[in-house]
Amino acid sequence: MAETIRPAEPTDGSAVLVSLVLAVVLVLGLYGTATATDINFGIHAGIFAIAAFIGLAAIGIWYVQSVPAPAFDKTYYEDGIVKAGVVATMFWGIAGFLVGLVIALQLTWPNLFYFPDFGWTNFGRMRPLHTSAVIFAFGGNALIATSFYVVQRTCRTRLAGGMWPWFVFWGYQLFIVIAGTGYLMGVSQSKEYAEPEWYADIWLTLVWVAYLAVFVGTLLRRKEPHIYVANWFYLAFIVTIAMLHIVNNLSLPVTLSGTKSFSVFSGVQSALIQWWYGHNAVGFFLTAGFLAMMYYFIPKRVDRPVWSYRLSIVHFWSLIFIYIWAGPHHLHYTALPQWAQTLGMTFSIMLWMPSWGGMINGLMTLSGAWDKLRTDPVVRMLVVSVAFYGMATFEGPAMSIREVNALSHYTDWGIGHVHSGALGWVGFVSFGAMYCLTQWLWKREKLYSNALVEWHFWIATIGIVLYITSMWVSGIMEGLMWRAYNEFGFLEYSFIETVSAKHISYIIRALGGGLYLSGALIMVYNLIRTARGDVPAEDRRKSPAAPSLQPAE
Amino acid sequence: MAAQRSNWFMRNHKLFEKHTLILIVGILIVVAIGGIIEIVPLFYLKNTIEKVQGMRPYTPLELAGQSIYVREGCSVCHSQMIRPLRDEVERYGHYSLAAESMYDHPFLWGSKRTGPDLARVGSKYSDDWQRQHLIDPRSLVPESIMPPYAFIEGRPLDLSTIKDQMRTLKIEGVPYTDAMIASAVEDAAAQADPDADFETMRDVYSAISGRKGTVQIRDFDGRPGAPTEMDALIAYLQMLGTLVDFSTYQADDLENRR
Repeated sequence: MAETIRPAEPTDGSAVLVSLVLAVVLVLGLYGTATATDINFGIHAGIFAIAAFIGLAAIGIWYVQSVPAPAFDKTYYEDGIVKAGVVATMFWGIAGFLVGLVIALQLTWPNLFYFPDFGWTNFGRMRPLHTSAVIFAFGGNALIATSFYVVQRTCRTRLAGGMWPWFVFWGYQLFIVIAGTGYLMGVSQSKEYAEPEWYADIWLTLVWVAYLAVFVGTLLRRKEPHIYVANWFYLAFIVTIAMLHIVNNLSLPVTLSGTKSFSVFSGVQSALIQWWYGHNAVGFFLTAGFLAMMYYFIPKRVDRPVWSYRLSIVHFWSLIFIYIWAGPHHLHYTALPQWAQTLGMTFSIMLWMPSWGGMINGLMTLSGAWDKLRTDPVVRMLVVSVAFYGMATFEGPAMSIREVNALSHYTDWGIGHVHSGALGWVGFVSFGAMYCLTQWLWKREKLYSNALVEWHFWIATIGIVLYITSMWVSGIMEGLMWRAYNEFGFLEYSFIETVSAKHISYIIRALGGGLYLSGALIMVYNLIRTARGDVPAEDRRKSPAAPSLQPAE
Repeated sequence: MAAQRSNWFMRNHKLFEKHTLILIVGILIVVAIGGIIEIVPLFYLKNTIEKVQGMRPYTPLELAGQSIYVREGCSVCHSQMIRPLRDEVERYGHYSLAAESMYDHPFLWGSKRTGPDLARVGSKYSDDWQRQHLIDPRSLVPESIMPPYAFIEGRPLDLSTIKDQMRTLKIEGVPYTDAMIASAVEDAAAQADPDADFETMRDVYSAISGRKGTVQIRDFDGRPGAPTEMDALIAYLQMLGTLVDFSTYQADDLENRR
């Protein structure tokens, strides 16, 4: 490794630049703490200042320690950051699933899980904590980690930007901490999946632009003539999320020393912009980014090429073109003008095709390697995730039809739909990628225990099935109860009757969520043992190389 | 073989695959189109927001109440958007108009009804009911799954930035006047105190709505003295959906059809 000692490369200027940014953040943070007009802003400014200080100290220590060796050796991949990303993904995943379970229990047994003296634990504040933790903390870290891994491998070059990738990683964690603590303290814009206030939004914009620059910089110095299909999807995800985030969060802070801001958009315009953002947080964060994951990890794990190059081109461009239009289906029968609703519905139905294009391309990549479904539980997890993707992207267009939406909107059906996508597709494809990454990055021949992956797979799958079926039942039931009339032509049920009717479904939903969380805990145990290099349990009993009888098919 | 029959786009797709910047520009153009076509017209098509009688900006007390509604994430479980469906109109009242949320920055339509719609909850229940229900929902509705909000009872209302808030909203197009902003703190206190000199603020806000009786003056939380968070939240809830004069609203007028 260190045959020749070369002088430190001049790319280390990035460390100076990052330090400058951190110094500015430190000064602003201290100033904000001193001048804050509300305590929440003071706390957040303090967190920024502390984080910047820790960052500066870390860079200082790193500089002192790495003086004799080249800091960012271009002949090696930057894998440390991917390892950190795997850890962060699993940490936030467990946190997010746990909060989800808690709020599911709150709706099931409100007398046990609400604490009148601790208002910050109420559902209204914990629900954004759950959604942000699973989407942005778990999903976001999975995306950043895998994108950094994939772009290096498929471009055959080290990540560009020297210190900047680490700025992206830690800056993103800081955003998560600011957002999450903010919800608990009551700092919120109340826009779903865009709750963080103006200063957190500005920070995320900065981090995101750095992310884009690192990713594009790496693409620009690739040693492969073509940009691999996974990177198209990562790029579309990064570029589009930047556009959506900036436009949807345009707001004026009330003071520069307080948390409160007002969106520059109001009423119907703000509704459509929010759902243009909100649906494409699904479309680009939770779909395009994770399709990129699918396009790398499935072919790699099963050792087969992507099934169809043509299909990947067709479905890439059609997917990103059509997704953007779909937002208005969240606003059917509202005060949004009907022409916009109709456009949203039309494109949502069209979206079915490019979505299934991706599903087919992912599934058919197993051509010639279907046996791995039986022998490698990680492959099974990846494949089932694609199956859930196909299911959720069929259910979605169905629910976007106005007449269906009249029943499904405002009900638990929507919650079930989003979880079949989130638990089934996003969760499973991330789990699959994390199993792969842990094995590959820590350079293990195999995972610590395939049996534990089997357990994880089945426990989580049963959890998902319980979750989505209970939400179908409760959602469709409450939708029908709301519109039920008795023989005298009056509404049959009061609202509260529809609430108590859902109690059993809520118990089953919480059980499903609990199973899903248990599966993830098993996974964490398995990953830790894998990373530590412990001998697989199966190997201690029998030799894996021993030939076994095969059925003659 | 297949390549010979493929179209121009397929044959030249290597342009995107070999040039990072062309790929970025291509993506940006493709993802920008849908949003531009759907969103931009909402800002200039005149019939996007109906012409109605009665809309006015929130009073300082109601605005502070809305901020508490936002802070606590009420819109996570309560919609403020009644759809024009028979059962919803019978259960909640006249379907919601775009005009009714024109001063909401941002909108609070919600997306989920874990609890009932609140677009027209104003004046449906007494202040006492609202107060008790917020403190302990299950004391009034045993099957309720709503969180308790006992902690806002008696908590002094923070009005230190209310003027800055109204000034910010004014920049964004909410028709607050300088006089309304100047007297915001006193107006907030006056609305929650029937013994105070509330006539001026009531008349100013009524005048801007063009309709009498749109400003409710009461001690909403039943505690004399400076306004509390409970005062503000109940004041906000009690005015929801009460502004527009539906006796003059012609739903079938061509200009109101959207």
